[in-house]
Amino acid sequence: MSTPVSDLMKTPLNAAHRALNAKMVDFGGWDMPVQYPGGIIAEHEAVRTRAGLFDVSHMGEIRVKGPGALALVEHLTPNAVANLAIGQVHYTAFLYENGTFVDDLLVYREGEHEFLLVVNAGNSDKDFAWVQQHAPAYDCTVVNESPATGQIALQGPLSLSILQPLTKTALAPIGYYFFTHGEVAGIKCLISRTGYTGEDGFELYCAAGDTEPLWNAVLEAGRPLGLAPAGLGCRNTLRLECKMALYGHEIDDSIHALEAGLGWIVKLDKGDFIGRAALLAAKAAPAPRKLVGFKTLEKRDIARDHMPVVQDGKQIGFVTSAAPSPTCGINLGLAYVPTELAKVGGRIQIEIRSRAVEAEIIPTPFYKRAK
Amino acid sequence: MFPADLKYTKDHEWLKPAGDGTALVGITQYAQDALGDVVFVDLPEVGAAFAAGEEFGTVESVKTVSELNMPAAGEVLEVNAALAEHPEAVNEDPYGKGWMVKVKLTGDLAGLLDAKAYEALVSAESH
Repeated sequence: MSTPVSDLMKTPLNAAHRALNAKMVDFGGWDMPVQYPGGIIAEHEAVRTRAGLFDVSHMGEIRVKGPGALALVEHLTPNAVANLAIGQVHYTAFLYENGTFVDDLLVYREGEHEFLLVVNAGNSDKDFAWVQQHAPAYDCTVVNESPATGQIALQGPLSLSILQPLTKTALAPIGYYFFTHGEVAGIKCLISRTGYTGEDGFELYCAAGDTEPLWNAVLEAGRPLGLAPAGLGCRNTLRLECKMALYGHEIDDSIHALEAGLGWIVKLDKGDFIGRAALLAAKAAPAPRKLVGFKTLEKRDIARDHMPVVQDGKQIGFVTSAAPSPTCGINLGLAYVPTELAKVGGRIQIEIRSRAVEAEIIPTPFYKRAK
Repeated sequence: MFPADLKYTKDHEWLKPAGDGTALVGITQYAQDALGDVVFVDLPEVGAAFAAGEEFGTVESVKTVSELNMPAAGEVLEVNAALAEHPEAVNEDPYGKGWMVKVKLTGDLAGLLDAKAYEALVSAESH
């Protein structure tokens, strides 16, 4: 049984999506737009060539503040928080003791002793409880700001041209994975040069009540330049082409950070953090499996999330995410396979509706924007 | 949205009898809208025979895949080869250029819905 629409959580933009004739779906308990009438391929292409505007207000925001904030966030995450400058963001994770994922997240350093943690919508309550559980040993406050916060993501090569006329803040000097505070269309925002599409772009955080006027102002300013509202459907194909992990697919509580190919967020020499001992041990032993990118060889063979990777009729791995790639024009996917098979150019077989089909392991990310 | 001269299945295929014992088969406006952008249609060989309700192919969109079930028993006389190059015809013109197979009917059309009954079914599904 699917959840009745009336019981789903709604972002401040719910009415705006419906006015744009979005197709709404249940996404982890949230009533979210999967696409607008233009369709996933057109929205995907808008983001790659012009710009797209996403509602990401369902994401969770947790603020950690106080003299012990740095030490708490260092303890909870594997990346080196002390290396973050004020105004800088990084990608990281909450790990369990065994090195598997509670969630992945962004850490914003708002001040010497203040951090904003941005987590996945579906994990938001679990994450907040996780932070709270570990916080008492540290001198800091932990506040769940999710209900009070709206967020939209403007993504694509024309993002800066679209956004700059709406703000006095100079946007060009904001580096990738840096942020600042300013006003956009007269609305107070955290302006972050980040995203989940592989394109240049900005994520704007504002007070929940300001989300709709902010959305409308950006959409209106961008329309003449080809900006399109963009849904979760193309958000998935865009992130997949860039091999960006999605919780519940490439990462979850059964996969550890190193096999997920996220060794770059794990700073084993930074001091202790939850999961460090397990990852140290994992690093010392040969990894049994690895995340690889593949393409199927025939146009008709389209792999999908969670399909088995097989060899001689036996399952040896699984697809985490897969779809026809609008940018690359081929059928792509990511899969966990035994390490001895994880070589670019090698072949694997994927079981699609009881048929084992050939796929070739290819380099990732599948798509990288021109600098 | 649901032409009166077609017959429909609960699985959202349509069948258009030509009056000479043959019929065209495709998927409905409702089905194409639910699938989103169609990127591939896997169709059977000419000459293949199917029972009513039997799977005869698949239609793949960017986000999902759906089975195609034969509305009535029949033998495939022709497949819409143009869909190989232009699968988007299924979205743009589901009852016209987006047709999928032409069949010689080998059984009756019992159990198929008329436009009114199908519309009632769709309206129940989407509310």
